[in-house]
Amino acid sequence: MTTREQILEAVLKNQPESMPLPDIGMFKGGDDDTVRKYIDIFKTIGGAAYLVDDLEVVKSMVAEQFDTTKRIATTLPEMQDIAELIAPAIDPHLYEDVELAIIRGHFSVAENGAVWLTEEVMGQRIIPYICQHLAVVLTAESIVPTLHEAYERIGLGDYGFGGFIGGPSKTADIEQALVLGAHGPLTMTVYIIR
Amino acid sequence: MKQTETKDHAGLAEDFIKDEERVNWHDGALWYIREKRDIASKQIPEWEALREAASQIKNNVISNLHDYLLQFEANLTKNGVKVHWANNADEHNAIVYSILKAKGITEMVKSKSMLTEECHLNEYLEERGIGVINSDLGEYIQQLDNEPPSHIVLPCIHKRKEEIGELFHEHLGTEKGLSDPTLLTRVARKHLRNVFLTRRGALTGVNFAVAETGEYVVCTNEGNADMGAHLSEVQIASMGLEKIIPQKKHLSVFLRLLARSATGQPITIYSSHYKKPREGQEMHLILVDAGRTRQLGRTDFRNSLKCIKCGGCMNTCPVYRKSGGLSYHNTISGPIGAILAPNLDMKKHADLPYASTLCGSCSNVCPVKINIHEQLYKWRQVIVKEGYAANTKALGMKAMAWTLASPEKFSTAGKAGRWFLHNIPFVVNNKFNPWYKQREMPEGPKESFAEWYAKNEK
Ligand code: SF4
Repeated sequence: MTTREQILEAVLKNQPESMPLPDIGMFKGGDDDTVRKYIDIFKTIGGAAYLVDDLEVVKSMVAEQFDTTKRIATTLPEMQDIAELIAPAIDPHLYEDVELAIIRGHFSVAENGAVWLTEEVMGQRIIPYICQHLAVVLTAESIVPTLHEAYERIGLGDYGFGGFIGGPSKTADIEQALVLGAHGPLTMTVYIIR
Repeated sequence: MKQTETKDHAGLAEDFIKDEERVNWHDGALWYIREKRDIASKQIPEWEALREAASQIKNNVISNLHDYLLQFEANLTKNGVKVHWANNADEHNAIVYSILKAKGITEMVKSKSMLTEECHLNEYLEERGIGVINSDLGEYIQQLDNEPPSHIVLPCIHKRKEEIGELFHEHLGTEKGLSDPTLLTRVARKHLRNVFLTRRGALTGVNFAVAETGEYVVCTNEGNADMGAHLSEVQIASMGLEKIIPQKKHLSVFLRLLARSATGQPITIYSSHYKKPREGQEMHLILVDAGRTRQLGRTDFRNSLKCIKCGGCMNTCPVYRKSGGLSYHNTISGPIGAILAPNLDMKKHADLPYASTLCGSCSNVCPVKINIHEQLYKWRQVIVKEGYAANTKALGMKAMAWTLASPEKFSTAGKAGRWFLHNIPFVVNNKFNPWYKQREMPEGPKESFAEWYAKNEK
């Protein structure tokens, strides 16, 4: 008998009588101001979020908030004059020195500040993790109240990789002192287009 | 690894509590996290309903595990992920070794995985010429010190920053006396970035594995799992059989509960959904039994397999807070460790179910509603029946004694009531806790760890 067969047989023998799945359809968020709530929560987890009119405003804010003499990478064609476009098929190690990445987010979640991203908007999977600073652009109407609405939107999803990112990377492993910028970005900024 | 296995929990705890200042700090820091969990959970009006839903989903998982495993395996294969099965630690380690060897990989980076700690994977690979670096900061620190993690979420919570500074000085050449957490973290960031960029092989643990889609979710705050995985040629995930959840939408329930129960955060910074290898990459997933099917067959203990490893039961446990995770001499420490370990080796871990006051606080915070304290009580009966209970009665008394020792320590920090709240966190009116029977517990005034710390540090 293979290991696989041994394990499956032991599971079948030892598992108890089937218990039903609960209905989780009643879980949903309230109808409070999701944009306001999102911005407030995102600040408490160490991020910065701004409500803006359009991508032109984003561009000028980026110029003010970041060092544009360093390498900036993006998947947004509109940002091409201040950033290089990310090439999906090259060696990911080549993005080692990206200072700022500007990418589109599919949507974000008001209750926890997290933005949903798939590799399609990342350009390369490594981008939102390897950059020193991460900026995400999304629309106000895309913000959902809770993770329940979030997974409804994601559905089964036909991505190879996707992730929620909710703020700058952090650690409190040394004496519970909060430090922003563990291995991933030191800061995360979300621009919400009205 | 440093040897901690010659003494039982009581003996190891005696060593830990010798350093009174450390114990008070440890106790207070964990209680502070427990309070953050309370604040986070109270912001969700449907919190109790979520716990109930999570518990029921997990009941469904453990009662249909056979079919979910087959479904998960089929979907992984469809997604281009190679699936492996391992009965035990040795088989698991051999699989990892063969995957790396086939690719000529001699160095691997690993994100947090209690399963591979339990399997002693690092030692196994190192004996065969493959270097492994743990990339979670806490685990990295523990690796430098050649010690296992003392907490599943906060691996080096028992260490003071000066000790960490000393380790960095010794191993990374930092200036002597450096102990600022931000500066130390920056040093590790720089050092580990180089590791991520040069490792061709990366291994991660798994938080949730979705049968319906064949994807698995890894949660971190540091971003270390993603840094390793997305730069690797070969990505390996190791998971215990029980990590399965039936459907994608169930992630909403578990991700809402996990970080809030663990640290009081609304969600971990990164919740990464791995489904298919990227172009040119290999992805492997190893399904590990290592005692889980046996636990599944133990009617009284099988629902310990519902655990989502949030660490909440440790943070609230008065015995854990005062004895430290290493005193449990098992990879998973604290109340949940004490009900998982006897399944692995009843003789060696016969002392652990006695490292409890049975106050019930663990069961009250558990996001998947495991009846932890009842299982601790039941393990004691089994251990007595099987003849492993040499001096266990004395052990139970000791756990109670540390918990209740020297209330004057806290009288400086507030009224006696707070002392009770802190030491007997819930005091469920349960039949297991003999101490409770005659006493009414006063409601304690709350004082945050920050306030307590400020007052006591001066
Ligand atoms: S037993 Fe419950 S509280 Fe303890 S770590 Fe597991 S899920 Fe968390």
